Amino acid sequence: MMLRGDIDTILDWVMQGNRVLDLGCGDGELLAALTKQKAVSGLGLDIDAENLIAAVDKGLCVVQQNMEDGLSNFSAKSFDVVIIAFSLQVLTRPHSVLERVVDIGNEAIVSFPNFGHWRSRLSLLLSGRMPKTKALPYSWFDTPNIHFCTVADFERLCDQLQIEIIERKTSGSGYILAKLWPNLFAKSASYRIKRP
Amino acid sequence: MANAHSQASVGIVEPKSAFFDEPLFLRSGEVLEEYTLVYETYGELNAEGSNAVLICHALSGNHHAAGYHRESDAKPGWWDTMIGPGKPIDTNRLFVVSSNNIGGCDGSTGPSSISQSTGKPWGSLFPQVTVEDWVETQKRLAEYLGISHWAAVIGGSLGGMQALEWSVRYPSWLNHCVVLAAAPGLTAQNIAFNEIARQAIFSDPQWMQGDYALSETVPEKGMALARMVGHLTYMSADKMSDRFGRELRQGSFEPDDDEPIFQVESYLRYQGSQFAGRFDANTYVIMTRALDRFDLAAHANGNLTEALAKATAEFLIVSFSSDWRFAPSRSQEIANALLASGKKVTYADIESDAGHDGFLLEDDDYMALVSAWMKRVVS
Repeated sequence: MMLRGDIDTILDWVMQGNRVLDLGCGDGELLAALTKQKAVSGLGLDIDAENLIAAVDKGLCVVQQNMEDGLSNFSAKSFDVVIIAFSLQVLTRPHSVLERVVDIGNEAIVSFPNFGHWRSRLSLLLSGRMPKTKALPYSWFDTPNIHFCTVADFERLCDQLQIEIIERKTSGSGYILAKLWPNLFAKSASYRIKRP
Repeated sequence: MANAHSQASVGIVEPKSAFFDEPLFLRSGEVLEEYTLVYETYGELNAEGSNAVLICHALSGNHHAAGYHRESDAKPGWWDTMIGPGKPIDTNRLFVVSSNNIGGCDGSTGPSSISQSTGKPWGSLFPQVTVEDWVETQKRLAEYLGISHWAAVIGGSLGGMQALEWSVRYPSWLNHCVVLAAAPGLTAQNIAFNEIARQAIFSDPQWMQGDYALSETVPEKGMALARMVGHLTYMSADKMSDRFGRELRQGSFEPDDDEPIFQVESYLRYQGSQFAGRFDANTYVIMTRALDRFDLAAHANGNLTEALAKATAEFLIVSFSSDWRFAPSRSQEIANALLASGKKVTYADIESDAGHDGFLLEDDDYMALVSAWMKRVVS
């Protein structure tokens, strides 16, 4: 979590008392923070039993479910915000999930590690092998992260899916650089998106 | 021996009886003028009366959920894995009330008790009771015990149906509701299994239209067969394969009178005859019919979401992956209806090969989940 820059951004974006659905909530750290700081009425969703128990232990409401099953049990606009924090890259069909979350929520917040970051690029260029970083330490053949994308990729996808980007925030060591050239300098990116 | 395994046990417990002489108007339209309800309690009710939880039992369960009746008891109550000091339903901080159901055969008024009006066992004359009727008796029991509010109502299978009924019938009575391996109503297949069990009992010549007690006999064969069918459906195919495979009892297929050849046959026969020895046939018929008739959605013309809209409790819904008698999809129906009506709900599907029996057995994830969730049921 310390390596991620998206948490503060999300905490900032979610409004007091919002109804929040956190897809791939993990151990519930983000949702617990949102509950504490923003008094949200939150629901987490995760497929992993261990994560579920950890989230329940934090006093959260969670549902064991695969977010790629269509989420047909959630009706349109039933949440103020649907969050996909750092789990877009593990999905088999991220575009299908994105289309669904902008229906379920009045808006969605999506964050992901930027694979276009210069370290990743440099690592691939120099070593000729798939990059491993402190934040993403997996080998290419044994990783939950099967669909990495860059800031530019994500924005193009939103455009194709006719999803509106309300706001973007990036994080990286050089703040100004990350803001000016996010595709190259942002370590992670967070977006507020909605169905126009 | 109790001493050997009493470390995290409530220890020796004593069943108690409450007598009610206020008539109970049953859903069937009949009236029970008076009745006795047996129950057990574990832990202490706090001064504010805010730490009472109700345990509702399933088809073949009873009020003896935890601890031992005697030092010499080989086995504790049916849910001793879950209830006790430091256990998921922690008796160090909760006052646990485990109620028996009327119509049962473990001391509460039921078909095998003596009817005041005839002086003979009720037998076939005992009225059909329902989940709703049981909730009424549990509410009266609470009032008798000086409890006006449940911190939680908890049940598995048929007990889960009672917990669900509580949540919509007396919403202000409970803060938390735990529904394990249950369903909002049985499927056709599930009712069909119950019907086969009942027909097995009815086909026994000793059944005598339910009045076997008057002839001092018991439809043991029918009961054993009913239980064999039931027991089979509570297990998963994988668990049966693991446990019995195609193992033979004697090592050959040579027929030897009516002796079982496969281990699984022997096991089922044992389960059947054990059950027939301890359970009343009329009770089995009444309990299975109560299961069949329960239909939560019927409160709102078949709309489960609307039926649950009245509930105000926070819910924990749990299913077990290999349970095909009360399949995970049925628990998901409950969870989804609760979500749709904006309730606070947690749902988990426990990975298990234990079938429907999963809710009764010890499993690390299951215990950890219920333990973690119960922390919010503060006293």
